[in-house]
Amino acid sequence: MMNDAFDLRGAETHIEVHKFRTGAIIVATALALFIQTAVPVYLSKAAILDLPLIITIYFGLSRRNPSTGLLLGAGIGLLQDSLSGPTVPLGLYGIAKTIIGYLASSIGARLDTEHPAARFALTGLFFFVHHAVVVLTRRLLLAQPEPWFTASFAIAAAVNAVVAVFLFMMLDRLRRQ
Amino acid sequence: MAGIPSRHRSLVLLLGVVLLQVLGLAVQVKQRDSEGRLIRVWTVGAVSPFERAGAYGVGHIRDTWRHYFALRNTSKDNEQLRRENDTLKLQIAQLQGKAAEADRLAALLSFKQAHKDVPMLAARVIGTGAVTGTQTIYVDRGERDGVRKNMGVITPSGIVGKVIESYSNTAQVLLLTDKDSGVGAMLAGSRVQHPVGGTGEALLSMKYVPNDDTVNPGEIVLTSGMDRIFPSNLPVGTIADVKAGNPYKQIRIKPAASLDRLEEVIVLLSLHPLELKKDSSPASPIAAVTP
Repeated sequence: MMNDAFDLRGAETHIEVHKFRTGAIIVATALALFIQTAVPVYLSKAAILDLPLIITIYFGLSRRNPSTGLLLGAGIGLLQDSLSGPTVPLGLYGIAKTIIGYLASSIGARLDTEHPAARFALTGLFFFVHHAVVVLTRRLLLAQPEPWFTASFAIAAAVNAVVAVFLFMMLDRLRRQ
Repeated sequence: MAGIPSRHRSLVLLLGVVLLQVLGLAVQVKQRDSEGRLIRVWTVGAVSPFERAGAYGVGHIRDTWRHYFALRNTSKDNEQLRRENDTLKLQIAQLQGKAAEADRLAALLSFKQAHKDVPMLAARVIGTGAVTGTQTIYVDRGERDGVRKNMGVITPSGIVGKVIESYSNTAQVLLLTDKDSGVGAMLAGSRVQHPVGGTGEALLSMKYVPNDDTVNPGEIVLTSGMDRIFPSNLPVGTIADVKAGNPYKQIRIKPAASLDRLEEVIVLLSLHPLELKKDSSPASPIAAVTP
């Protein structure tokens, strides 16, 4: 089960790895995907949020295991792709979230990611990286020209970072003591 | 991954997973319609029941909120909107009144300018007769303005009546519809002359028309000038109804001027007979008149 400790790091075992209650990751992921698809119907501005990305970052930072982080990211990204309709090919967000899962887990293993300021900065940074990977994939593999960064994207990054700080605090309650 | 050093395992796994997805993307680009459909069907099938339930729940909660809790301020809003509506209605009525007044005054001005050689005076209707059954109005011009008894009163649409009393600043006008009122008239087509008088009602009556004469509804009736009050060829009205009578026809005429909605009139400032210019056309009766 993904919720249990799954350590591939060998020499990095001195770093605290957080474990979560049974089914917490699955439920949180499902809930994030559900909210991501359902809420913008009623609140169009909510589309600015990327809850699956925030979930990927959180569990990556907390579990601190690059392998499980990238697999979780791949799974969440592919589910997000499959829920996004035929205009988004399977793998577009999968690739981006795989990389984010890996990076979050790797950074989580080296930095203190418990402080809200660190969480804010990291989420904003990952949001940029995630977008850059998506744009790169679109341009290179799908031949879809898309702007790299816009002002609205910067706002979206800030909003997601703020939301992530509070969401991470809520998700912290799912950790096993 | 047995031969790979443990610190590189996750990196290799990352590359493998990304490569797989890149390959998947490449396949989808090539065969856009078929690949990945199964995964999408499963995922959407798994999520859609929750979405449907969520939508139902959200809709239910929203309806409950809108129909019960959010109605708390509706009464106040309604009251405010009703007040605003009343204010706007009042403003619209005022603006419509001003626009209509501007139209009427423009018509009067145009009429005056077209007949510069005829002494005339615009007057505003300020009141009506106080006795029921008497068709009179008061205008805001009197002896000081040169208004005298028996002067004709008209509008650009047609004749109105005559001044029956003149005071220093006001004058009383007997409308054409009064039972005691009368005007020399003629049929526009045949030029046959017959007097027209009031009946005390909205319609006028053309008198002394033999049953043998042909008079058709819709025919225009003009002033003949024989009463020495109105110049000839001013519109009196239109034949509304013709019936055989004994010994004369019963002919009803709808007045050309809107006598029940008078607000501004023109007083012809002359007690001498006015003559119509030779080039005036009966079809456009209010033309140039000369004293």
